[in-house]
Amino acid sequence: MSTTYKIKKGLNIKLLGEAEKTVVDLNAKRFAINPPDFTGCFPKMLVKEGDDVKAGTPLFYDKYREEIRFTSPVCGKVKEIVRGAKRKMLHVIIETDGKDEAIDFGKVEISSIDRQAIIDKMLASGVWPMVRQRPYAVIANPQDEPKAIFISAFDTAPLAADLDLIVHGQGKEFQAGLDVLTKLTSGKVHLNVDAKNTTSKVFLNSKNVQLNSFSGPHPASNVSVHVSRVDPINKGEVIWYTGPQEVITIGKLFLEGKFNSERIVALAGSEILHPKYYKTYIGARIVNMISGNETGGRNRYISGNVLTGEKIEKDGFVGFYDSMVTVIPEGDHYEFFGWLKPGMNKFSFSHTFLSRLFPNKKFKVDTNLHGGVRGYVMTGKMEKVFPFDIYPLQLVKAILVEDIDLMENLGIYEIDAEDFALCEVIDTSKTNIQDIVRNGLELIRKEMS
Amino acid sequence: MKAIRNLLDKQKPHFEKGGKLEKFHSMFDAMETLFFVPNRVTTKGAHIRDAIDMKRTMIVVFIALLPALFFGMWNIGYQHFLSYGEHPDFWTMFWYGFLKMLPIIIVTYGVGLGLEIIFAQIRSHDVNEGFFVSGLLIPMIVPPDIPLWQLAIAVAFAVVFGKEVFGGTGMNIMNPALLARAFLFFAYPGNISGDKVWISDKADAFSGATPLGDALTGHFDNLPSVYDMFMGFIPGSNGETSTLMILLGGLFLLMTGIGNWRVMFSFFAGGYIMGLLFNLWGYNEYMQLPAYYHLVMGGFAFGAVFMATDPVTAAQTNKGMYIYGFLAGLMAILIRVFNPAYPEGVMLAILLMNVFAPLIDHYVIAGNIKRRQKRLKLATS
Repeated sequence: MSTTYKIKKGLNIKLLGEAEKTVVDLNAKRFAINPPDFTGCFPKMLVKEGDDVKAGTPLFYDKYREEIRFTSPVCGKVKEIVRGAKRKMLHVIIETDGKDEAIDFGKVEISSIDRQAIIDKMLASGVWPMVRQRPYAVIANPQDEPKAIFISAFDTAPLAADLDLIVHGQGKEFQAGLDVLTKLTSGKVHLNVDAKNTTSKVFLNSKNVQLNSFSGPHPASNVSVHVSRVDPINKGEVIWYTGPQEVITIGKLFLEGKFNSERIVALAGSEILHPKYYKTYIGARIVNMISGNETGGRNRYISGNVLTGEKIEKDGFVGFYDSMVTVIPEGDHYEFFGWLKPGMNKFSFSHTFLSRLFPNKKFKVDTNLHGGVRGYVMTGKMEKVFPFDIYPLQLVKAILVEDIDLMENLGIYEIDAEDFALCEVIDTSKTNIQDIVRNGLELIRKEMS
Repeated sequence: MKAIRNLLDKQKPHFEKGGKLEKFHSMFDAMETLFFVPNRVTTKGAHIRDAIDMKRTMIVVFIALLPALFFGMWNIGYQHFLSYGEHPDFWTMFWYGFLKMLPIIIVTYGVGLGLEIIFAQIRSHDVNEGFFVSGLLIPMIVPPDIPLWQLAIAVAFAVVFGKEVFGGTGMNIMNPALLARAFLFFAYPGNISGDKVWISDKADAFSGATPLGDALTGHFDNLPSVYDMFMGFIPGSNGETSTLMILLGGLFLLMTGIGNWRVMFSFFAGGYIMGLLFNLWGYNEYMQLPAYYHLVMGGFAFGAVFMATDPVTAAQTNKGMYIYGFLAGLMAILIRVFNPAYPEGVMLAILLMNVFAPLIDHYVIAGNIKRRQKRLKLATS
């Protein structure tokens, strides 16, 4: 029997351009693994441009944790290794040859294999980075034993992909992945679903896991929210977490013996003419979805959702952990007395615009900051969209002054930057709060290592 | 609109770094952003942002002040002509008050914004909109005949020592508008207390005592009716006499979510409960005054709706807001009834609680920290 947890604080941002529930093949030619997707990872190359790779061939490893490898999602050739400022590695681009060749890691019966063998197999095949940990929201440390593993099987972010649709028909692989995860912890594996909207049998009929239901507005689907309600994390404790598509990939590794990086990615946003779902592999180039499918004008391409996603180029690549791409208009225009207008079409959490009178209205929101950067003046607002027993503004200020003791006391181990996304959206100060929180987490991670 | 944009775009290079008018960059930026919401886009974190900004927030408070401001203008005229026994028409009275208040408002904004722009330029910050509201609050809490040079000094003191030395809006400890008034009160008491100052250009024969002044001196027979005090037909500071108009503004603040209902509610509750406690004690006539009288007299309502609620100087935790508001309301009436030197206690009570607000927050947050440590102990034991 599952427990239902009601999340009261939060905000569902209603945007135009939700993806239609049809899935088509993307037929992307290029794929990329992007080292910046992995916080704290310092890539050391194992291949060079022009090398032939199969699905599962290691591309690079983390200098600080050499056992963690990152492998090619498809079979083909290393087309290009893109570096940015200070030679920071941005993308390892693979051009597929269309063949289905993959490195054989060996099929195994999950019940007959022990924990260390599972971890070794996951590390070797490159699926390990799909498991991340709290605190710090970085790739899990294979030497740790987590007190629990959390899987969020729904997404309440704006325009988010429907995970029920994505996992459809993959019940066997999903269950295999869960069986693998249950062997990694002596605690429970928590599968967290939406109390109302999750209907997929893949999730609801899962075995050997603890099923928890959540209801309420975003960020109800965030891992931190689930952890805070189900099994709060204390200083010194570690939990691991992953997503449903990742669980399927893990399951396939053990059922098929291959790194099968198939992904279904939602394309959404007000500037997309035909928003829908695409079947592809990890790190697909988005240009095939966008060309001829967007409105004119300058647009912002985002891998992920509008709250936490990464800005990418039109010929950029889907991030390692992302299951959606959002396209919204850029907002680099001036607005005459914009702050004085009644604001019928303006999205705002505050009640100061007329749009407030139409609570179900869907908005087309651009990337304009809507104001200048200011000090933290308004109080009591962040708390309305922040469903934790944590004082958000006080924690942000503790991070700004780099007071590690105070950060710990105020609960920094219990959250990730993404949990502050709504605070950042609604705050009148227009500061980049997620960035501040990320820096705080990194500061502590470095201090502790 | 296009013409303004073109003009701004043409002038902009002169004010940028290296331009010949670089020193006036903050002023230019303030002008430009007044006309146009800037074209800045999100670079990190969430890609979309709420349409609300500091300007929108402040204009909402500004609008909320207008009913009390316009009533105050009328009331200045009404009280003036009343002292001569005259009853001219509405517009004559309003016009009289308007002409009284206009220089006060101009001086306040001139001095305050001028200093804000200078500090913004020195710090290479944007000009903060905080003074947009402070600049209207100050004229509403001073007497109509306040000498303008005194006002200018008070405003300068409030902006520099009340706000900028702490780092600007958002960092200050005490409410700048109240600090300006406190400065006037302590530096020039003759022009901001007593019976003479509350009616503009009063006829000598007429008693100009405010209800609070009457109460303090024991002239309870002279007290106006509760209706008059609630409506605001009484002498007092320019914009704070009408409880009705203040409550209208307060309602607007609550509807828009800009005002803080926790502080407003607990402030009124604190004042009322103090009044009731005095009734129980009943030592002198002032203590026997019905508790609700306190809520409509003097600056109590204005303090509750516009002063105590300042988000920067109030307590910042939700629990802390109740404690802060309640104690401020309580202290306001306590000081009002017990302080023999000055008939009103709201200003001093709020300033005092401003100082204590961080302490209140500290203990509220300490509770949160303790809960977390207890959980950790349970987990490790």
